[in-house]
Amino acid sequence: MAGNALTGVKVADFTWSVAGPLTVKFLADHGAEVIHIESSTRPELLRVLPPFRDGKPGINRSAYNACLNNNKYGLSLDMNHPRAKEVLHRLIHWADVVTENFSPGVMAKWGLSYEDLVKIKPEMIMFSTSQMGQTGPRAKVAAYGTQLVSLAGFTYLTGWADRDPTGPYGPYTDTTLPHIGVAAIMTALIHRCRTGKGTYIEISQFETALNFISPVLLDYAINHRVATRNGNRCVDSVPHGVYRCRGEDRWCAIAIFSDEEWGRLCQVMGRPELATVPQFGSLQLRRENEDEIDRLISEWTAERSAEEVMRILQNAGIAAGVAQTGQDLLENDPQLAHRRFFQKLRHKEIGKHYYEAPPFRLSKTPCELTTPGPRMGEHNEYVCKKILGFSDKEYNDLMTDSVLR
Amino acid sequence: MGDLGCDVIQVEKPGGDPPLILGPFDHDSLDPQKNLFWLAYNTNKRSITLDIEKPDGKKIFKRLVQKADVVLESFSPGYMAGLGLGYEELSKVNPNLVMTSITPFGQSGPYRDFKASDLTLWCLGGMAYVSGDPDRAPVQVSSPQAYLHGGAAAAAATLIALYYREIAGEGQWIDVSIQEAVVHTLMNVVQFWDLCGIVLKRSGAFRTGLSTAANQRLIWRCQDGYVNFPIYATAGGAQSNAKLVRWMESEGIRDEYLSSIQWEVFDLSSASQDQFDRVEGSIARFFKSHTMDELYQGAIERGIMLYPVYGAKEIREDPQLMARGFWSNVDHPELGEVSFFPGSPFVFSGERQNIHRAPLIAEHNRDIYCAELGISEEEFVTLKEGGVI
Repeated sequence: MAGNALTGVKVADFTWSVAGPLTVKFLADHGAEVIHIESSTRPELLRVLPPFRDGKPGINRSAYNACLNNNKYGLSLDMNHPRAKEVLHRLIHWADVVTENFSPGVMAKWGLSYEDLVKIKPEMIMFSTSQMGQTGPRAKVAAYGTQLVSLAGFTYLTGWADRDPTGPYGPYTDTTLPHIGVAAIMTALIHRCRTGKGTYIEISQFETALNFISPVLLDYAINHRVATRNGNRCVDSVPHGVYRCRGEDRWCAIAIFSDEEWGRLCQVMGRPELATVPQFGSLQLRRENEDEIDRLISEWTAERSAEEVMRILQNAGIAAGVAQTGQDLLENDPQLAHRRFFQKLRHKEIGKHYYEAPPFRLSKTPCELTTPGPRMGEHNEYVCKKILGFSDKEYNDLMTDSVLR
Repeated sequence: MGDLGCDVIQVEKPGGDPPLILGPFDHDSLDPQKNLFWLAYNTNKRSITLDIEKPDGKKIFKRLVQKADVVLESFSPGYMAGLGLGYEELSKVNPNLVMTSITPFGQSGPYRDFKASDLTLWCLGGMAYVSGDPDRAPVQVSSPQAYLHGGAAAAAATLIALYYREIAGEGQWIDVSIQEAVVHTLMNVVQFWDLCGIVLKRSGAFRTGLSTAANQRLIWRCQDGYVNFPIYATAGGAQSNAKLVRWMESEGIRDEYLSSIQWEVFDLSSASQDQFDRVEGSIARFFKSHTMDELYQGAIERGIMLYPVYGAKEIREDPQLMARGFWSNVDHPELGEVSFFPGSPFVFSGERQNIHRAPLIAEHNRDIYCAELGISEEEFVTLKEGGVI
């Protein structure tokens, strides 16, 4: 596959759930050859989480799992089988990079710690990520991103000042890791090109998440102030909110950063007189009267569709955006359609469904979404014979012995 | 990229760029050099000022580009090209250049010239709609997130291109969309519509996206704050639930219904609302009788998947972060010493990458212009007087 940025990079991918697989997906999208290793003896979490095709569960039916693993080969291997090491040994010889996100200690139990790997391949790059990091008193405390969201401050910071916190959707901290993980892996690969040396990369998801609220942490360190949730309000913008529009649960965000923008907003709302009302005349004054301003804007937005509000305001040069649903993103967003962000691939059990491109396009080596997320063990034969060099007989033995399952 | 060891030069207008995001500030001063957002995200860089709109400024910029591996910019689409400093022009000056452009929606398409803010991108990227209470508006995180996802994506993309350049000897232009970076935070939201025709909605302190049959409480009140405890399925989760019930029993809270549940077979995706409500009652009472610390400690000792809802104060006191040396000590000439500066997430072969404070505006003008580009003292003064640097 000439023309891909990462052609020739080989990854043995032991990751599961969200953060690890998404990190490696971005490499696979750019042509890295990735073997995703899992086991039907203990199907990974996302294979049993929805959405499933037609709502019918099944380990090969979750699009949650499939969409994080496109462009990868699927190998099912019983890691606790005595003969698993025959396959693992060849995998390690083959790989440039080994990726994993188990609880610390799990890889070592299988003889796959970094120390073990460099004995087989001294220039190995290993990427280990976990919730709390590999060291420290709580390294092995079990949890998912769903909970780390609370430990890393996001729950506390999301919601309304007069109510209990809510947090952003889902295991949000899982999404603070992948780009940082890719950057780390690429740095190690460049380092290996230049020095011939491998690297052990260790990243704590807790710590990547905290890098997304650094200003809040500095506000406490310097000003001793504990930032809290405040709806959609913002220190340097009034009005700044998400306003109810016509229709069922439809909303549009509006953000005004200057007196001049405020004047234009009043104009397009057909209320030019508001621009000259003294108590709305500056950011500070608008802050004092923010509830009243929000009420006035809501009167105007409530009579229009969210798309119409966005269009009118964008035409007036004002930052506005519809609070889009999953349906909007897939069906009603001309920008994402223009960029071919969603692309259909045919999965043998789920059927045709949408996958996502990375959020960046490289002009000479663009991403290519080629194959859907693998079914459990879908590429066992190809991986064993074509990539790892097992003979027909050896492969059949591995199957008969239930090493590959 | 600075944290990864790249030599990064932040280029700003003379006097400094107006900050994209204001506040919070050091002791609420409005000095842009004390903007905490800026201080947090410009560590490990050097700073110069340069007016790239002036002819002399353009010339100097091209000299910098000749020596650079990467140009990273986040102006509106077409701005750099309009100055004669787009990828096409710059790649003539440096054929191996990697240029990375970060914009709200990308370099082309119907929304290319849309105005944007962190909030509007959070909305257009789909994250706001599924966050917050169901009876109120979709909400942001009360510290801007969308731009940071765009920035992280740009670092990943730039390093992919640098690796390719290492192998193939060829640079290229990278087009980053912040909106798309936000869509990548959505987990299974889009797939729920694609496969099942279900529009996932925000559900406040409850969890959505795992079941369509019931709301499952995630955030609970305790004596002095909140804790996060999902009722989990799968083998590991079943143990966590059962251990909590045993803990409650040991403190005299007996609930026949709770005790009767076989957690190994409790089906999260099909359990009814009534079942969840009954499960919740006595758990809620138990949590309210304990502090956040008691619950977290007890959960760790017993192997229960419960986390506290931390604010900035508790995060700073967290023993795991302390033990791992996450925090940096950063000495800043205007802020003084900051002993709990958020550290780099990169730990390579056991070494955490260092954090060096953000530069003062124009701090490295002389080093870079005179020592590294070879501009004479006389010329330096002329450029300064002409407002070019």
